[in-house]
Amino acid sequence: MECINKRSFGQKLKAYKRSPLSLALFLLVLVSTILTIGILLFLIGYIMIRGIPNIKPELFQWEYNTLNVSLMPALINTVIMTFISLLIAVPIAVFSAIYLVEYAKRGNRLVGIIRITAETLSGIPSIVYGLFGLLFFVTALGWGMSLLAGAFTLSIMILPLVMRTAEEALKAVPDSYREGSYGLGAGKLRTVFRIVLPSAMPGILAGVILGIGRIVGESAALIYTAGTVAEIPKGRDFLFDSTRTLSVHMYALTSEGLYVKQSYATAVILLFIVVLINWFSGYIAKKLSKA
Amino acid sequence: MTKYKESIMKAIFFAAACTSILAVALICLFLFINGIPAMAKIGIFDFLLGTTWKPNNTPPSFGILPMILGSIYVTAGAAVIGVPIGILTAVFMARYCPKRLYRILKPAINLLAGIPSIVYGFFGLVVIVPFIRDTFGGTGSSMLTASILLGIMILPTIAGVSESAIRAVPQSYYEGGLALGASHERSIFFVMLPAAKSGIMAAVVLGIGRAIGETMAVIMVAGNQARMPAGLLKGVRTLTANIIIEMGYAAELHREALIATAVVLFVFILIINLLLSLLKRRTG
Repeated sequence: MECINKRSFGQKLKAYKRSPLSLALFLLVLVSTILTIGILLFLIGYIMIRGIPNIKPELFQWEYNTLNVSLMPALINTVIMTFISLLIAVPIAVFSAIYLVEYAKRGNRLVGIIRITAETLSGIPSIVYGLFGLLFFVTALGWGMSLLAGAFTLSIMILPLVMRTAEEALKAVPDSYREGSYGLGAGKLRTVFRIVLPSAMPGILAGVILGIGRIVGESAALIYTAGTVAEIPKGRDFLFDSTRTLSVHMYALTSEGLYVKQSYATAVILLFIVVLINWFSGYIAKKLSKA
Repeated sequence: MTKYKESIMKAIFFAAACTSILAVALICLFLFINGIPAMAKIGIFDFLLGTTWKPNNTPPSFGILPMILGSIYVTAGAAVIGVPIGILTAVFMARYCPKRLYRILKPAINLLAGIPSIVYGFFGLVVIVPFIRDTFGGTGSSMLTASILLGIMILPTIAGVSESAIRAVPQSYYEGGLALGASHERSIFFVMLPAAKSGIMAAVVLGIGRAIGETMAVIMVAGNQARMPAGLLKGVRTLTANIIIEMGYAAELHREALIATAVVLFVFILIINLLLSLLKRRTG
């Protein structure tokens, strides 16, 4: 089919000459795409060029103060926050996906309700999550603005994302795998954990990585749940310390308006992390499609 | 023993599956319990249709119409910018793009979707705000600036979802168009796009949902004046901005009024979600 449609540049030009509308539409499509990609390149290029010269060693000192405006504590907090949020969200999301795909009967009403609620959750803006976290985890449960309150808020936020990708991944496992496992005498549980989950792992992982991306980039949901203290939580009650992640750190820097250079540098680090996460997620997805 | 384990694990899976129901229930419960009384105290019409938001005056006035309009205007502006560019980009991705180029463009658009909103906000602050200030005068922090930035932010959502909608249209539609003598463009725009209509609409609605809920990027470029929107080049405050700016120091009725603001936003989102599921049902 490809070769039938292949026309030389001259032929195309002639066809366009006959139909100005087609030419106009083609140009619109071209301009839009160039605009989209141009914006991306400009954004990344602008921030890189302004930001990379501002990445200085004092930005990576262990202690934050108003002189060095170090982003190190925020970076470490981001890692801790991501880890705890995933610890809460991933098992719940994967287990729900297992229930939906492996256990729920077709036409089950509950499944419909779960789907609707998951869709609702994925549409809720992060500021509403932040406010809910403030009302529920911070105030009603009395946790105060803390690492734990922030992590719980974020884990609800990424739950639908991880759940949906896990569901897709589980659905993509061929039924013959399950039948083979049953045929060898394995029970349902063993089949799920030994056969289905391992083969669905790349898909689940890709979803988890997307979740990490959302956690790293999130700021609105965290300002009133985890707070903005620029210190690494320490001691026995570290889960109840207020912390800022890198995104919140960047918001604090830009809204104060005094640290434009450091904001550029922080933006570069954030972009770098996001690019890395994107690449990694794509890499895993590619592995998946090959397998 | 195994039987025992099987049923315990099944119960655990079931409980996990109910978490999202529990989460939605809790979110609704806490927002409504904390927000509805404030609406009642202020008066539902005074709250929704009041044109002045002066929580620190005596007596304070809590009218959020400026913010509702602000959100609607900024979102509409974002749609005007983001929707055509997004859909046309989707057309390119689905029907024009050579395979080799696609392997670069697709991740690029995904990347655009993955950039944190705070980085977008910063970009808006250091690039778009000065640009608007130099071109049109004023402070640069305006409805127009926020619309442009949000338009950029919803681009990848609209492009991505529209692309899969266009790809879902059977190839025979396109070939039929060609066979009737239509050009490549005419077949795409007058045969395939109408066939992909509900999927593209879903993309638009999804993008609008993102725009109306966006917070951090908007507060950095919109100016955030809590008054009735006065023009494209004047500052506006959105519902989301109202919440995040004042929540830090609000107390008592002021605080409750902010939660009620979130309730209004939440209702907007629920309506958008409902629209989306209706559209999805039509596609499916």
